[in-house]
Amino acid sequence: MAIKKLTEDRDTRSGFGAGLQELGQENKNVVALCADLTGSLKMNDFENDNPDRFFQVGIAEANMISIAAGMTVGGKIPFTGTFANFSTGRVYDQIRQCVAYSGKNVKICASHAGLTLGEDGATHQILEDIGMMKMLPHMTVINPCDYNQTKAATKAIADLDGPVYLRFGRPKVPNFTPEDQKFEIGKAWKVEEGTDVSIFATGHLVWKAIEAQAILAEKGVSAEIINIHTIKPLDTEAIIASVNKTGCAVTAEEHQKNGGLGDSVAQTLALNNPAPIEMVAVNDSFGESGTPEQLLEKYGLNTESIVEAALKVIARK
Amino acid sequence: MPSTVELKRICSQTRRDIVRMVAAPKSGHPGGSLGCVEFFVSLYHEIMKPDASKFDMNGKGEDVFFLSNGHISPVWYSVLSRYGYFPVKELSTFRFLNTRLQGHPTTHEGLPGVRMASGSLGMGLSCGIGAALTKKLNGESKLVYTLHGDGELQEGQIWEAAMYASAKKVDNIIATVDVNGRQIDGDTDDVIALGSLRAKFEAFGWKVFECDGNNLNDLLKTMAECKAATGKGVPVINLMKTEMGMGVDYMMGSHKWHGIFPNEEQLEDALGQLEETLGDY
Repeated sequence: MAIKKLTEDRDTRSGFGAGLQELGQENKNVVALCADLTGSLKMNDFENDNPDRFFQVGIAEANMISIAAGMTVGGKIPFTGTFANFSTGRVYDQIRQCVAYSGKNVKICASHAGLTLGEDGATHQILEDIGMMKMLPHMTVINPCDYNQTKAATKAIADLDGPVYLRFGRPKVPNFTPEDQKFEIGKAWKVEEGTDVSIFATGHLVWKAIEAQAILAEKGVSAEIINIHTIKPLDTEAIIASVNKTGCAVTAEEHQKNGGLGDSVAQTLALNNPAPIEMVAVNDSFGESGTPEQLLEKYGLNTESIVEAALKVIARK
Repeated sequence: MPSTVELKRICSQTRRDIVRMVAAPKSGHPGGSLGCVEFFVSLYHEIMKPDASKFDMNGKGEDVFFLSNGHISPVWYSVLSRYGYFPVKELSTFRFLNTRLQGHPTTHEGLPGVRMASGSLGMGLSCGIGAALTKKLNGESKLVYTLHGDGELQEGQIWEAAMYASAKKVDNIIATVDVNGRQIDGDTDDVIALGSLRAKFEAFGWKVFECDGNNLNDLLKTMAECKAATGKGVPVINLMKTEMGMGVDYMMGSHKWHGIFPNEEQLEDALGQLEETLGDY
């Protein structure tokens, strides 16, 4: 495969922390709020550089979201940080009324999303957050795939005037997107060209899709890999163009099938170019304790699952 | 202390506006709106005195206000329009399709004067604290005002915000609670008794004032004391006793008129009790 790891494995949350630190230096209107998870969110550097622009709100996420919304009155650009579970379901009403409906320029930055949170188990492994957030009018939803892309996305969303949900994770994963990439919100990234099947992947599963592509190539299957880092607004043109060529689709994400990227791609295809689709995602289930790799295997989100889904969907063409 | 003669004239007209606004679409919340007339009229005409012609979302260089109990939108809309934020005749569109005057206030339709949607309760104190933090970052000495219902204090987020404001010394905010003792299902004492709000807020580290919110002199004097108490490292709150339905005899004395509209006969009765001082819309 043409795509190579560029560094040692790194966690996407550290990409967020690095991006936030640079934003702190470059944009004096950027402020950060955290609900007692500063270290976990890698917000320490921003806090150390800008103690006057860092707000520790304690274990009070609802208060944090509404304070952030209030801080936009007067021109600040608040970045809130806590786990994805506490960034969405716990504060849905606050996000809906104070951020989305009020049209406030708040960036909701959510770490430890999905199964790969690992040993803490299902209470913390949110698999419904993409669905909740993409349903909100005005909300942009971004799920970058590695350290470099998360850093680039963090910086890019500061320039977008409007609410954003930025989702990233805990484990160290391959870092393979260019360090100097220009992150275009809403623009899919074609990782690999292919002709037999389109694999649309987001977050940690992009690397799994790249691994699957190599295995499929050995089987004589040409898979196109597309990184959907922005789930909303969805790059429907890229999706339709790819499936027009390949005739079938696989989606891969660390999320429930219900409400995830797969839903969005299926809707796009159904409305524009109906084609067979298979979804690699969690099937209406909660997670459990385990290592990230164990969980991805048990819940069918690993490289082999993507290979199987690709072969299955090709057979349905 | 300014003369309250003119303020009383505005209050009377505001009460007429409120009952007419909820009667026309046959929906809305007259009770709390009527109880808070003196507060809103005082806030805009004497306390904040914002420049209505220069409204923008950022509110830099002026005091800003957040209504947390958004269901009393009729009193806010009436005062905003008569203060100059938008045409008074627009009050006739309240709650009708395509209006900027939504049932609960929103920024979504671009109504001047509103900086945050509210309606789902318990969020406005946090929003106000956020705006107050930004004013400090921007080096501003202007203040943030918020208004809350007493029933709304049953929401847990209020106490998250109360704890934060004192812990972080947010001393450029003046919160006011409309203590009318009523909520939709009955008296607050019967639904979830609030106990001593003074003791609660003092325990949370706030400087607490109390006043009669339907007495302009007492309200203005107390709000001036609140303002004098800002900038001293503690957040400030005014527990403002009011009468739900104030000014319309049959709406007073119970929770019944929290969220129902008067019929034509009841409307005529109410208007007969409220002098038309500035001309109906």
